[in-house]
Amino acid sequence: MAETQAPLTKKDFKSDQEVRWCPGCGDYAILNSVQGIMATLGIPRHQICFVSGIGCSSRFPYYMNTYGFHSIHGRAPAIATGIKTANPELSVWLVTGDGDGLSIGGNHMAHILRRNVDLKILLFNNEIYGLTKGQYSPTSPVGLKTKSTPMGSVDRPFDPLSFALGCGATFVARTIDSHLKHMEQVLLAAAHHKGTAFVEIYQNCVIFNDACFENFAEKGVRDEKTIDLKPGKPMVFGKELDKGIKIVGWEPEIVPAAEADVWKSDTRSPGPAFVMSQLHLDPAMPRPIGIVRDVRAPIFEDAVHDQLRAAKAKRGEGTLEQLIYSGETWTV
Amino acid sequence: MSQTKNPGSELPLQQQEEVVIRFAGDSGDGMQITGNQFTHTSAILGNDLATFPDYPAEIRAPAGTRPGVSGFQVRFGSADIHTPGDQPDVLVVMNPAALVVNINDLKPGGTVVVNTGQFGDSDLRKANLTKSPLTDGTLSAFRVIEIDINKRVTEALKGTTLSSKEVQRCKNFYTLGLMYWLYSRPLENTLKWLDEKFAKRPELAQANKLAMQAGFNAGDIHEMFQGRYEVQPCTEMPKGRYRNIMGNDALAIGLVTGAKLANLKVFLGSYPITPASGILETLSTFKNYDVITFQAEDEIAAICAALGSAYAGHLGITSTSGPGMALKGEGMGLAVSIELPLVIVDIQRGGPSTGLPTKTEQADLLQAIFGRNSEAPLPVIAASSPADAFETAIEAVRIATTYMTPVILLSDGYIANGAEPWRLPKIEDLKPFPKPFLTSVPEGGFLPYARDAHLARPWVKPGTPGLEHRVGGLEKAHLTGHISYDPENHEFMVRMRNNKVMAVRETIPTPNVFGDSTGPLLVVGWGSTQGAIRSAVEKLRAKGRKVSSLHLRHVWPLPKGLDQIFACFQSILVPEMNMGQMARVLRSEYPEHNIISYPKVQGLPFRTTELVAKVESLLEK
Repeated sequence: MAETQAPLTKKDFKSDQEVRWCPGCGDYAILNSVQGIMATLGIPRHQICFVSGIGCSSRFPYYMNTYGFHSIHGRAPAIATGIKTANPELSVWLVTGDGDGLSIGGNHMAHILRRNVDLKILLFNNEIYGLTKGQYSPTSPVGLKTKSTPMGSVDRPFDPLSFALGCGATFVARTIDSHLKHMEQVLLAAAHHKGTAFVEIYQNCVIFNDACFENFAEKGVRDEKTIDLKPGKPMVFGKELDKGIKIVGWEPEIVPAAEADVWKSDTRSPGPAFVMSQLHLDPAMPRPIGIVRDVRAPIFEDAVHDQLRAAKAKRGEGTLEQLIYSGETWTV
Repeated sequence: MSQTKNPGSELPLQQQEEVVIRFAGDSGDGMQITGNQFTHTSAILGNDLATFPDYPAEIRAPAGTRPGVSGFQVRFGSADIHTPGDQPDVLVVMNPAALVVNINDLKPGGTVVVNTGQFGDSDLRKANLTKSPLTDGTLSAFRVIEIDINKRVTEALKGTTLSSKEVQRCKNFYTLGLMYWLYSRPLENTLKWLDEKFAKRPELAQANKLAMQAGFNAGDIHEMFQGRYEVQPCTEMPKGRYRNIMGNDALAIGLVTGAKLANLKVFLGSYPITPASGILETLSTFKNYDVITFQAEDEIAAICAALGSAYAGHLGITSTSGPGMALKGEGMGLAVSIELPLVIVDIQRGGPSTGLPTKTEQADLLQAIFGRNSEAPLPVIAASSPADAFETAIEAVRIATTYMTPVILLSDGYIANGAEPWRLPKIEDLKPFPKPFLTSVPEGGFLPYARDAHLARPWVKPGTPGLEHRVGGLEKAHLTGHISYDPENHEFMVRMRNNKVMAVRETIPTPNVFGDSTGPLLVVGWGSTQGAIRSAVEKLRAKGRKVSSLHLRHVWPLPKGLDQIFACFQSILVPEMNMGQMARVLRSEYPEHNIISYPKVQGLPFRTTELVAKVESLLEK
């Protein structure tokens, strides 16, 4: 865009639609953060497109004063791939949830991550189905009693970060709806990543799964019970930043801060990232948040358009005449 | 059969108006290539023609077995040809399984050319035969030409460096050469093709050439045939430039042409499925036409990515077959709701479920018209022949962009893989219908669900300043497009979407009646039955029977004027390759007429003789 415009503010990104999430829902904080960082990116509103599937989180595009597409359950990654591939100039953001993105749309999520389409995925994980009023989700813990699991869930959940790493995602991060400063840092890092950025946001559902992250996300315990993985920085945590993580053999161990390993998010193998994404399987360990992986890889839509350019360079811009009158023809 | 050399023989050359040949062998015998080469050469000679490839779903079923038989039928002639023919005049069989599977189709008194080199005891066993059909009387009603093609090819390729397995792979070209000799066709076209095909393995090109030449020479040298035949070029074909085309290719070219006429770029989202994969493959070669092809992770992702591209301002297309259509239903509903252009191509095949993947059927009609949740109307059109798929594809693009709607384009396995000469349109005759995008706020403000004269809403590309808006699958308020749960608005929008689809009638022609405009019987067809219906009606009328026909390209909404046409006939006969789906639609739309269904669901197209017999039985009543 050549024209000069006044810098955008958070307010510019609020749409005229009334926000209809439950009072106290974690989605409000996320919306607020996203609108805030959008204003700092220097991208004009008309170049931004929010895409979503179905679920509470998927109402997000209606509240952004940008282009938006509220699609069908689980299919946002496919729709966003079509949008971004057709017009690589757009800044595309995909908003999904643990049900939308990992259950009904798990297949599409796997494939968009492996393709490395240059767009940002915000997965709001509340470990429950909210919009359908309280059934368990693929991230609900075993034993969770919900409307569809009166005796407790028997499904083993999976971890969204491990899932994304397994799919070859080039940027994988986690943050918490109530940790505003951290959320903004992670969202900004995702925004500046070239390739698919996958951000899991722990989001509290006040109605159907309230306080499910409380034991580590609550302000009073957060410093002790989470570890913020910062690329290039020692893996330390605790109110006084006195504890650290060291990977010994294949197992992480808690050590004094001075002995902590430096976190590397760009190792050739995603192995260390995978180990850290599963850290909290040991109840003694803090919950990992922050940037788990950040590497560069070829961008899907760039490769697609490179091939179009190469074909045109080799064979020239195709005309109708060439299209129809090709192959062996004869005259009657 | 005499093995004596008789190089001096000059066999009489007989003229034939038309011939039907069927090549049949094992899936690995290269029968499709043989048939295609014969077709291509005949097309270039100026014959009118139609083809019918018929092959198993398995890539290589166990060699020599009946399920592994692959066939290719071609009918070529000097007169107008509408179908690949009911019964072959000549059947070429490479093994016992091919013989037993196909012999009942051969015309009485027809010729069967048998490769006796593949008729040993083990070959018979693989075909589940205890006795050889060559000696048990099976072939008594036919002229039998026995040749040990295995041996002949080995002799012809003696001295080459090829392995014996590679030598035997050249059998089909020996057969092709023999048929070229019998029907006086030149070898040049195929020689050229072999050079191109085997550019990296010239020794294979050379071997196949030698085999073909040996087959051609064998006609002269060995006294197998009483004479040779000639089939003159077709003089009834309208003047113009032609090319031989298969249905899937014509459809792909038509889609790109339609996009160019609409001033749009193509984005195809597709997932491989028989018999539609050819469209994905062909479009993937059109990158210098700015065609993006996206092989998605599944059928659902394919339509959703295409719809995403449509939102971004491309011509979104998805191609599939019946089972894939079922998976795309929700995506189609979303396209109906957000009112974006999208072309959904369904190459119908036998069903239900996986059904008969390589066989043809027309049984997705009701699925196409009605197969989505709730009230989700969209236009449906159907191609009637390989060449017609080109025009129908352009028409699909025109309707989709003019009315801002998804459109289903129906073809079927018979059209997809069949070929015919295509009279190429003059470029200046292709009328552009450029699709304008809304690029700035109109007077009075921007309303994403405002309507134009066709009831279409504006198309806005994301990236356009000042027109930021949201779309989605929730019900929208009229004009603003905001989410609305208002009961009156919902009914208004349901009616609006339906009225828009029905408005397509205003820009489509009433089909012409072939034959008299009144009479006892009108045969109404849609899709690939056109050729067989046309041939049958021509035959019947030549005999003085009072019967006419009409063919539908637009199957939903139906064109205007059908009611008046139907009123001029006592009965309407609807032959279709399903259990009477179009008949059901016509009965519901035009309940006052006598509509008779004539279903056929065998995975095979109608034969002309079947239709002739049906019409005659109705006229006798």
